[in-house]
Amino acid sequence: MTLIHLTPWDLALAAALVLLLAGMSWWLRLGVERRILIAAVRSTIQLMLVGLVLKILFNQTHPALIGLMSMVMLSAAGFEVMQRQKRRYRGIWSYGIGAFSMFLSSFTVIFLALTVVIRVDPWYEPQYLIPLLGMMLGNTMNGVAIALDSLTRQAWEARGQIEARLLAGGNWEQAIEEIRRDALRSGLIPIVNAMGTAGLVSLPGMMTGQILAGGPPLEAAKYQLLIMFLLSGGTGLGSVAAVWLGSKRLFDRRERLRLDRLRIP
Amino acid sequence: MTALRIDGIRHRVLSPVDLTLIPGEQVFLSGPSGSGKSLLLRAIADLDPNEGEVWLGDEARSSMPAPLWRRRVGLLPAESFWWAETVGEHLPENTRGITDVLERLGFDAGVLGWSISRLSTGERQRLALVRLLAQRPEALLLDEATANLDPANRDCVESLIAHYRETASASVLWVSHDPEQRQRLGGRSYRIRDGRLEPES
Repeated sequence: MTLIHLTPWDLALAAALVLLLAGMSWWLRLGVERRILIAAVRSTIQLMLVGLVLKILFNQTHPALIGLMSMVMLSAAGFEVMQRQKRRYRGIWSYGIGAFSMFLSSFTVIFLALTVVIRVDPWYEPQYLIPLLGMMLGNTMNGVAIALDSLTRQAWEARGQIEARLLAGGNWEQAIEEIRRDALRSGLIPIVNAMGTAGLVSLPGMMTGQILAGGPPLEAAKYQLLIMFLLSGGTGLGSVAAVWLGSKRLFDRRERLRLDRLRIP
Repeated sequence: MTALRIDGIRHRVLSPVDLTLIPGEQVFLSGPSGSGKSLLLRAIADLDPNEGEVWLGDEARSSMPAPLWRRRVGLLPAESFWWAETVGEHLPENTRGITDVLERLGFDAGVLGWSISRLSTGERQRLALVRLLAQRPEALLLDEATANLDPANRDCVESLIAHYRETASASVLWVSHDPEQRQRLGGRSYRIRDGRLEPES
């Protein structure tokens, strides 16, 4: 099996589909043609840039450069989590809770995977670290964003119930227990669903890419499994951390519900 | 036998409030809506950020964990909220004397199995009082405890609170809009005006 190289012309043909979609949006007055085009241009620029950066990065394993790249990825993910919140925490917290919990989960899981499971030498070998970290952050970001959004939204709506539990002499963890559980569950659902249907409905993106690029299917499947397990572990860990930090931030030292720490959208 | 002493409690709409209730005393608060009556009760229960201190007997609020304080100084909010399916699930483990309280409000023990969603507003309000008294608070903060009730039920609630106040020597701070109620039940009465307490003549 050989890798068929894509020429710019091939990509342009595929891009015609996006143009068609934008045209359809205009024709049907969906009003999203601008956003479709901007997203398409953004993805083109971002992916080409990343390809370039990775090309440079792969030629040298300088830890500082790799660290810098990881941090850029993390801060972009943190920003994205913040953007997806309807009711954000005031101040640094809306960014901090998301970024910190993703840092904690993604970096630990990736480090474990690289040192114990795949045993890459050195463990920060960019060809392994960067793609793994990217997939990890992408998925953890989804889980964390959904879980945090669900937490703050429900806390806002259930203010009366939460305060009734506080008045009944409950502590803050009892007062927000159900909401916390629910938020965590909704954060985990996407990755659990993806695991459950993997291979049946669709071939996961990474595996598809590897097969298209000429890799043996069974190797691709094994890598996909590894990724899947890592992703679910990382998403779980990240969501737990985010929901714990987020719910703690909703109460102060005297265990009062502090919805004033959320911004009004 | 515990007095409730409010010592310079303040937050954004209230100037510092000082008020002492001797054990078993009942004090009424009134004032236009938005004057901060409910906020004062919430501040005493430590539900909103506030400055100042509250004493229960010789124990300071700041000397005990907030959940314990809220159990001992019970607040009945104007609107009652419920977090579980049935009435009984909201009550503490030890519900000694609960049937007596239920009977005084015209319920039998079967009400504990009722689902919250089928309760009327008035039933909710009365059962919220049952829930509060089941915690055996040493002082009561009542926010419009009889607002949604018909005269018969209002009388039941008034006499239950009087009974609890006497048997438990609990001080009662009661926000009430109803001048007749304040006169009927007696005790000191204050109006909140411009964030200050003024004795009502």
